[in-house]
Amino acid sequence: MSQAVGINFKKSSIDAFIAGLMALVLFGPIVGVVLDGYGFNAEFGRVAWIVAIVAVGRFVMSSFMQTEKGIALAFRYANNDDGVTVLPPGHKSKMVWIIPLVVVIGLVLPFVASKYVLTVIILGLIYVLLGLGLNIVVGLAGLLDLGFVGFYAIGAYGLALGYENLGLGFWSMLPIAAIMAAVAGAILGFPVLRMHGDYLAIVTLGFGEIIRLILTNWASFTHGPNGVSAPLPTFFGLEFKRRSSEGTFHEFFNLPYDSAYKYMFIYLVLFAVVWAVLFIKHRLVKMPIGRAWEALREDEIACRSLGLNHVLVKLSAFMIGASTGGLAGVFFATYQGFVNPSSFTFFESALILAIVVLGGMGSTLGVVIAAFCLTVLPEMLREFAEYRVLMFGILMVVMMIWKPRGIVRVTRTGFSPKKGVAK
Amino acid sequence: MDIVLQQLVNGLTLGSVYGLIAIGYTMVYGIIGMINFAHGDVYMVSAYITAIAIAILTFFGIESFPIIIVGTLFLTVAVTGAYGWVIERIAYRPLRSSSRLAVLISAIGMSLILQNYVQLSQGANQQGVPTLLTGAIRFSVGDGFVQITYMKLFILFVSLLGMGILTYVIQKTKLGRMCRATQQDRKMASILGIDTDKVISTVFVIGAVMAALAGVLVTLDYGAFDFYVGFIIGIKAFTAAVLGGIGSLPGAMLGGLILGLSEALFAGLISSDYKDVFSFSLLVLILIIRPSGLLGKPEVEKV
Repeated sequence: MSQAVGINFKKSSIDAFIAGLMALVLFGPIVGVVLDGYGFNAEFGRVAWIVAIVAVGRFVMSSFMQTEKGIALAFRYANNDDGVTVLPPGHKSKMVWIIPLVVVIGLVLPFVASKYVLTVIILGLIYVLLGLGLNIVVGLAGLLDLGFVGFYAIGAYGLALGYENLGLGFWSMLPIAAIMAAVAGAILGFPVLRMHGDYLAIVTLGFGEIIRLILTNWASFTHGPNGVSAPLPTFFGLEFKRRSSEGTFHEFFNLPYDSAYKYMFIYLVLFAVVWAVLFIKHRLVKMPIGRAWEALREDEIACRSLGLNHVLVKLSAFMIGASTGGLAGVFFATYQGFVNPSSFTFFESALILAIVVLGGMGSTLGVVIAAFCLTVLPEMLREFAEYRVLMFGILMVVMMIWKPRGIVRVTRTGFSPKKGVAK
Repeated sequence: MDIVLQQLVNGLTLGSVYGLIAIGYTMVYGIIGMINFAHGDVYMVSAYITAIAIAILTFFGIESFPIIIVGTLFLTVAVTGAYGWVIERIAYRPLRSSSRLAVLISAIGMSLILQNYVQLSQGANQQGVPTLLTGAIRFSVGDGFVQITYMKLFILFVSLLGMGILTYVIQKTKLGRMCRATQQDRKMASILGIDTDKVISTVFVIGAVMAALAGVLVTLDYGAFDFYVGFIIGIKAFTAAVLGGIGSLPGAMLGGLILGLSEALFAGLISSDYKDVFSFSLLVLILIIRPSGLLGKPEVEKV
């Protein structure tokens, strides 16, 4: 520490030069030579820009890391992996005030918002549901599930095909789809969960792809890439169509026909389901099973030596997550009125994972905020749509390096022994 | 009969390519215990660089096949190797002491970055390369015939050569000894004066180079590719690595050959629509029945 802090510009320049050279090697061919048939178009201007940005960026960073602030930052950055923040016992959460407020706003919203805003919010809520489901699996139980979209597809196709083949409607499929997805999760998870965590990632990835390939190729049952139409929910048997033999919602209540009614209704049901899932998750985390999930995530060997059945504990998390995914699938199908395999690609799984990663693993509030950010923002920023996947990728890498526990930290109220309890 | 023989020939070349890519997975897993999700996309990048190298070389009026192929191999291997090094440096090295989940998520992020970056700079359309090597050997078998194109022979030759050189490097040279030492016990190796960070970087470069060989060979043979090719072939190569026993180098090669052969036979005899489903199901089955693979050692977790 006796050395005076001064910036060694020679070192920074060398760093910048090497980084620039590397950028030239990496970006030169791919960015600079755009294939056009068997020939190519040269785009060297873009390469020059990228190389310049990388070199200058590296120079600035290298210089900054030699200053006192930089060294302090690097030190902080090296140990930021502390777990849950424990609040003092008796801490009162501000959520007590926020939750009723959100509920009231949520209930008023469909009657004031335009149809477009409502559809975007429904999509956001579907992703909240998916994010909550995956958060139980990845965030709480620490199992990386890359085929979550498979369960989503099971729910969505369950509604569409159940209606087509068995005449089952939205209300009967809602629980059945959740059970179907949970059973699929059990069948997939039971053999794999015994093994090392990393294998689970790749097996679930394969599972998601298998589901999509079957949906695409088994044309006689799933109609292949053409997709299947899905039914709308009914309001105590009343339909939301313009005309129906069963009786329609607008005729029964003597209202003029408006296609926004069905979105209002889907929204309200979805809103209720999201709250139910939030409530169940909130309680599960405090139950022994929830504690077991988190304990197993932190140290599997210790848990097993304390007598936890690691397969069953993991399986329960996997199944509950899967059933939530199935529920979200049902809502997605009824909201779109139509499903086809292209809605269930690996990209969807990555998006859901990005929600969980950004929101904070295990944090409910974070996931809700992240789900809205990642689905509603792209709707607003349509012109940047093609950079979306790039942003998700950068987000995942940066978040893992910078804040592996997510933006919103998991907090938990501490316990204190009651009076009179022997220490 | 001729179909079976033809599919065996196809499967052999396919399998040697899977083997080449599987080496990248198995070596990285062996040394730092992570699944390098971005590896399939490194392969995809190498396919693009192959086409770009061919386009540049033909632009300068080089027509002879040997010069083009050597130039393409050299360029692709060099640039893809650089990709391997940089990916490790940016996305994995800062996470050396983090949880396995964090590294895995970072790798998935890297895979998305590579896919989208190539799509943005090269466009989403399918690209192609001209056919450079034509001609075939034919054998008549019964009523039909079996055809082995020169390209397929070339694939077999280059991939066996690549695997041979790698085996020599790992078994006989100082670098290989350092790699094996780091794989066995990283902490001990670093105490004994091995720069383990450098060894890990080298392993990533070797993996990328092997993927680059596969990229050149498949692209020349198949002709067409897009920014999404790395995904499916990556999972299959991973299946090959697991089949052979992850962490084991000969296992990866053997697993690749077995997977290639069985997949080609399945596609030829049963259904080519479901050949990807077959490979994924095979992966799940191996993990259930014999997670340590054919040549791998069972993994024992210690505190």
